[in-house]
Amino acid sequence: MGAFTMDWRKFLLLVAVMSLAPLANAQSPTYKVGRTPTAEEIQEWDISIGPDGKELPPGHGTAVEGAKLFREKQCVVCHGSKGSNGPAPTIIKSDGKTKSPYACLVPCVNDTNTIALHAQYATTMWDYINRAMPLNKQGTLKPDEVYALVAYLLFKNGIIPEDQVLDQKSLPKVKMPNRDHGALALEWKHGAPIVANYP
Amino acid sequence: MESKSSDRRKFLKNTAAFVGAAAAAAAAGRPVSGETPMSEMEMPDLAAAIAYGQRSPYVKSKRIPVLERMSPDDFGMTFHVTSPLQDAVGIITPSSLHYISTHRGSYVPNINPAEHRLMIHGMVDRPLIFSVDELKRLPFVTRTHFLECLGNRAKASHKTVQESHGLTSCSEWTGVPLSLLLKEAGVQSSAAFIVAEGAETVKGATSIPIAKAMDDCLIVYGQNGEALRPHQGFPIRLLVPGFEGMHNVKYLRRIKVVEKDYMTYNDYGHLVPDARVASLTRVIGPKSVITFPSGEQKLPGPGFYEITGLAWSGTAAIRSVEISTDGGQSWKAAEFRTPSHPMAHVRFAYPWMWDGKECVILSRSTDEAGQRQPTRAEAAKYWNMTDDKDFRVPGADNSVFPWRIAGDGSVHNGLA
Repeated sequence: MGAFTMDWRKFLLLVAVMSLAPLANAQSPTYKVGRTPTAEEIQEWDISIGPDGKELPPGHGTAVEGAKLFREKQCVVCHGSKGSNGPAPTIIKSDGKTKSPYACLVPCVNDTNTIALHAQYATTMWDYINRAMPLNKQGTLKPDEVYALVAYLLFKNGIIPEDQVLDQKSLPKVKMPNRDHGALALEWKHGAPIVANYP
Repeated sequence: MESKSSDRRKFLKNTAAFVGAAAAAAAAGRPVSGETPMSEMEMPDLAAAIAYGQRSPYVKSKRIPVLERMSPDDFGMTFHVTSPLQDAVGIITPSSLHYISTHRGSYVPNINPAEHRLMIHGMVDRPLIFSVDELKRLPFVTRTHFLECLGNRAKASHKTVQESHGLTSCSEWTGVPLSLLLKEAGVQSSAAFIVAEGAETVKGATSIPIAKAMDDCLIVYGQNGEALRPHQGFPIRLLVPGFEGMHNVKYLRRIKVVEKDYMTYNDYGHLVPDARVASLTRVIGPKSVITFPSGEQKLPGPGFYEITGLAWSGTAAIRSVEISTDGGQSWKAAEFRTPSHPMAHVRFAYPWMWDGKECVILSRSTDEAGQRQPTRAEAAKYWNMTDDKDFRVPGADNSVFPWRIAGDGSVHNGLA
């Protein structure tokens, strides 16, 4: 009987230790479904460029090169020859005469909030041109071409000089006009009012 | 075989006779109730109708692209398409009628689910890649949630509730909690946001706070009892309950765990100077709208009707809905005719005797967090702005919406 009691207590102790184990690291894998991607796979898939630009690839470009690409890569077909007179969103603030004949959808992009004037970071432009342009030929632009197109749009919107070279180091440092005027949403909490005492 | 074939011919002949009789009765203006109605034999592809059911040819309810921009447009892209709320019953939107919004216009991709993958990487201990079949092996949940586009803003020019409020829908979704996948990957303590990305042409991406990602977000593959529709993100999409539509990334292919808001193209588009407006842009406030009687419908005369509609909130379940039939001077409680789920449409109704006089009817909702849907005047007062026709409610417009019923029973937009 004595031996049995000991075994029973040991067993209880074992159960207690085992049940505590998951609590020690709440994020240890439980199901082990899925596989580990290779470093190459992650690099190939990861096209996100954050505000500090740490993911930017090597390369460089200027507005002069970008102006040429704007025609060659058919950007003009959707954005118009002036960047404000096509069916796609306005990307170069207009001279007041050339306006898109298409109505703005939410969020509306017009003269006051072209991506160059409204984004807080030039990385937003690099990221989007690289991932989403040109229409139907996504993923074909080389890093040098993306740097050049960003430089062209920044120049045409009056943000950088025509001869400024954009690269991994200089692009994240461009001071965007809206840099200090955008607010992040308040902290989100489950079930809490969106804004206290609104309306 | 011969007799069977003969029976079939006889059956066809009889059916044709019945069809003829029913048509004759209809033409003569007599009710066909009690007589054998026309049969499915009339349908052009009977085998297809048996394999995958179709609605009655008499039901014409349909989605309509927003007036500002056609879908498909000149480039074949799809933009914003509204759901026919005036025809809806209950709270589940048929998948075929679910509203559509794309990331600033894109092509709807035709994805082979066997080739689709979801990668989770960034600030995690164990990056992971899942096939759709692997996601389906994991513990699932089924929940009812609405989706609403930030562009769902009523204007004075809108004629119908489909135009004024049609960019919202509600479905029963089935999938894996995102928190389960993030725990499998092991989120590092300094992580603050995730960037979710779709596989469509523009690879639409958006930043979502880690607190929400670890809370109630789902990666769904099921919608209303079957696979997601391509317009809703087949084979998998992210569901971020209560957050404005854009965050609910369709064709989900990648989640990167990061240390800050990544300011993607979609994120920058929502930038505003005031953090309160940014919050009211991100999460849908308590909202409601009357779907009957609504614009371009007509009450045949004084008498009994039920005022009915939908209410929803991005924060919690709807607690109560009130109805006014006197332009907002007095409010009375409406009944719920469906369960009220968190971050879901609830169907309300208010039995009503119309006296035949012109009136303005309104609905307003309150959610379980205590937030009440504001009138335009209340919103204007809060923001210290003037409540005129040009007043644009900051954030997602969840203001109380009026329908004006004229003496002849016709229903009109009360903002006009």
